[in-house]
Amino acid sequence: MTTTFPHLLLRHAAERPDAPALREKEYGIWQTRTWREAASTVRHMACGLRALGFERGQNLAFVSDNRPHVYLGFVAVQSVGGVPIPLYQDAVAAEMVFVMQDADVAFAFAENQEQVDKLLEVRESVPGIAHIIYDDPRGLRHYDQPGLVSTADLLALGAAWDREHPGAWEALAAQVAPDDVSVILYTSGTTGQPKGVCQTHASFIASARGGVEVDGLSPTDNVISYLPPAWVGDHLFSTAQWLVAGFTINCPESAATVQIDLREIGPTYYFAPPRVFEGMLTSVSIRMEDASAPKRWLFERCMALARRVGADLLDGRPVGGWDRFCYALADAAIYGPLRNVMGLSRIRVAYTAGAAIGPDLFRFFRSIGVNLKQLYGQTETCAYVCIQRNGQVQLNTVGAAAPGIELKIADNGEVLVKGVSVLKKYYKRPDATAEVIDAAGWFRTGDAGVIDAAGQLRIIDRAKDVGRLAGGAMFAPNYIENKLKFFQYIKEAVCFGHGRDQVCAFVNIDFEAVGNWAERQGLPYGGYVDLAAKPQVIALIGDCIAQVNADLAAEPGMADTQVARFLVLHKELDPDDDELTRTRKVRRKFVAEKYGVLVDALYAGRTEQFIETQVKFEDGRKGSVSATLQLADARTYPAAAQRAA
Amino acid sequence: MTTPKKIGDVILDVRNISLRFGGVKALTDISFDVREHEIRAIIGPNGAGKSSMLNCINGVYAPQEGSITFRGRTFSHMNSRQVAEMGVARTFQNLALFKGMSVIDNIMSGRNLKIKSNLLLQALRWGPAEREEIRHREFVERIIDFLEIQAWRKTPVGQLPYGLQKRVDLGRALAMEPQVLLLDEPMAGMNVEEKQDMCRFVLDVNDEFGTTIVLIEHDMGVVMDISDRVVVLDYGKKIGDGTPGEVRGNPDVIRAYLGNS
Repeated sequence: MTTTFPHLLLRHAAERPDAPALREKEYGIWQTRTWREAASTVRHMACGLRALGFERGQNLAFVSDNRPHVYLGFVAVQSVGGVPIPLYQDAVAAEMVFVMQDADVAFAFAENQEQVDKLLEVRESVPGIAHIIYDDPRGLRHYDQPGLVSTADLLALGAAWDREHPGAWEALAAQVAPDDVSVILYTSGTTGQPKGVCQTHASFIASARGGVEVDGLSPTDNVISYLPPAWVGDHLFSTAQWLVAGFTINCPESAATVQIDLREIGPTYYFAPPRVFEGMLTSVSIRMEDASAPKRWLFERCMALARRVGADLLDGRPVGGWDRFCYALADAAIYGPLRNVMGLSRIRVAYTAGAAIGPDLFRFFRSIGVNLKQLYGQTETCAYVCIQRNGQVQLNTVGAAAPGIELKIADNGEVLVKGVSVLKKYYKRPDATAEVIDAAGWFRTGDAGVIDAAGQLRIIDRAKDVGRLAGGAMFAPNYIENKLKFFQYIKEAVCFGHGRDQVCAFVNIDFEAVGNWAERQGLPYGGYVDLAAKPQVIALIGDCIAQVNADLAAEPGMADTQVARFLVLHKELDPDDDELTRTRKVRRKFVAEKYGVLVDALYAGRTEQFIETQVKFEDGRKGSVSATLQLADARTYPAAAQRAA
Repeated sequence: MTTPKKIGDVILDVRNISLRFGGVKALTDISFDVREHEIRAIIGPNGAGKSSMLNCINGVYAPQEGSITFRGRTFSHMNSRQVAEMGVARTFQNLALFKGMSVIDNIMSGRNLKIKSNLLLQALRWGPAEREEIRHREFVERIIDFLEIQAWRKTPVGQLPYGLQKRVDLGRALAMEPQVLLLDEPMAGMNVEEKQDMCRFVLDVNDEFGTTIVLIEHDMGVVMDISDRVVVLDYGKKIGDGTPGEVRGNPDVIRAYLGNS
């Protein structure tokens, strides 16, 4: 069982040298690399790094989209005893400075000119970055800064070094131990500075193996690798499971072509955060709303049938013969083509994680025959704590403990985890490590949850976010925000209420969905700010909130946390303005401070409020937007018990 | 930061060109030269004769007087097919793309002069014609990659936003592997971000392929930033010629743009 990633790669290269290891779409064609070619590239990259002076124990930062040289680069770095550190490729230079300093980065891999420019900017404050390896030479021909080398040159350098030092690379690779750190993933840092999570070969391989066994993944599977390589989910699926199961990873041509590439590849195994599935459903809904009446009628009939029996068929529960027959017909007419349009025709298993998924969204995909499941984990646990098994898929739980993982709930409701996937340490932060792992090896997830009788875990909220209203009722902001975000018109929501007498909410409209709605209503608008301020749009959002309130009123203990007042924000919350993390989670405290006037106005009962805010454009320039926002009351409902009485 | 590029000898020499439409003098006695690998801008107020000048160079108009020397061969007027075969490509101010055809097909049409197999073989897509088409398609794919329009490869051009259509137009011109590229207001009607992208592409074309570029542009900021030398026209006459710095300080140019004070 004990092995390392470089060894896994070499084993695939030895056992099935001509099977496809990775593909990349370039010049309009999917270019395949076999395991033999992959191993040879890794070898030469590794030797090239040695030739440049890369030492055992050094770190190498990757700033790139999903490119073959990134995934192969990870293994190359590991094979000479180094540690890869993937960074979010859309981060601005200033955000990278901390990590580069923290990790003493001397070697960095950049995808193209844009990333090289960023790294050169970072180098002004972190002079230690001596070597920058770039993948795409376009536009870089005239750069004469020291330490720049292309991957092509690196490979040539490596091939030469390899010839001069026969057997040296094998010897280095043999020194790598399963307990060595295989990767450092920096957490996006909802609070404070990011921390480097050190994971070992052993824990990532054990986590990957658990997932591979649960779903029976094999070398014939295909995955599309399109999520940021710095995200633990991508590292688990596109690196760890890739090397454990030996399937093929496919790198899209560019970020803009992912949807097209997805259709062309037709992956059998797929992983996406809920927002990606949401995007798919939104685009289907929009196109159906624009379709002719007979088509809409047929679609709605078929979807009604799917909602009734689709999930049961998928789970192998008994379904009547007539329904089976109708479902098969509808599958040929609607579900099949629909799956095909979304690129999900060949899916055997699809996972969603990273955030709660909406009930309608989850049911939609399962009902049309996409085996969508949930898993639960965080960077500190290789994204591997709970996993839903086929036939035991429930909406409101994240599944039972994964193989090799133990779970328990602390007195304050926090979920504790022990097992193969738990981190070794935070990089250079023994204090932080001690804070999250106790003497017995239990890791504190920071999430509040409950385990039901069948051993399934249900996550309620972040443990630290759970607060109390002034009246004493428990207030779980994420829980309410997620309910709001499940409406296609609402892109983002932020709720306030801790220590207050009632709950108030900020809402971001989904520009595409609301814009389309406005067009159908014949409502003219002149851009985001204008649309968000339309009274009709505020009424539309008010209806969504009223539905959530009705839901909350029916749940025990939640009636007091109905949203009493709300406003629709005039700008989208944006990671560039620090309002969201790079993984698009709301920084609630930051938003509360930045928009303090709005929060105060909501609680003061005012009906409108002027606000001016700074915004940062993608190229780093700053500007400001201002607007007068309407503050509205939401419909609330009496609690279920009282209603019954 | 970057090493200066190498500007070569004169590749295109325009001498004493005059063009009249009946009694209207579009161009009067215009002379200037273009050196290899440089970016040469032609600027001037509306109606100054900029587009007419380009049209003389690529043979759409035949000037009454003057001569044009291209790579050592002198012509009293150019023939548009001959010009294209000699390696001069252009883009248009008012896009002239095939709106119903995909991006690939539009750019592929720029390869027309390079395709050697005959119509029958092409129609049957047989033998050498197929191999040739694959070769040309590969070249087109490199342009698509260069211009970062992979996501719209198969989209009909008419459905694309204006900024992207301009890129396709440039792509089609590049498909001719031109030595000289004539760009007629490549940034007209674009927003700031699209202009920045287009500037980058123009500079990259000039840098990576060594293509000589003659461009007409209204946006002064763009012209001063990217051109090596600038010709200024006003009412069909040349009133200035030199580096952006020289032209900016030329009193005639200031008068043409700002009027007499």
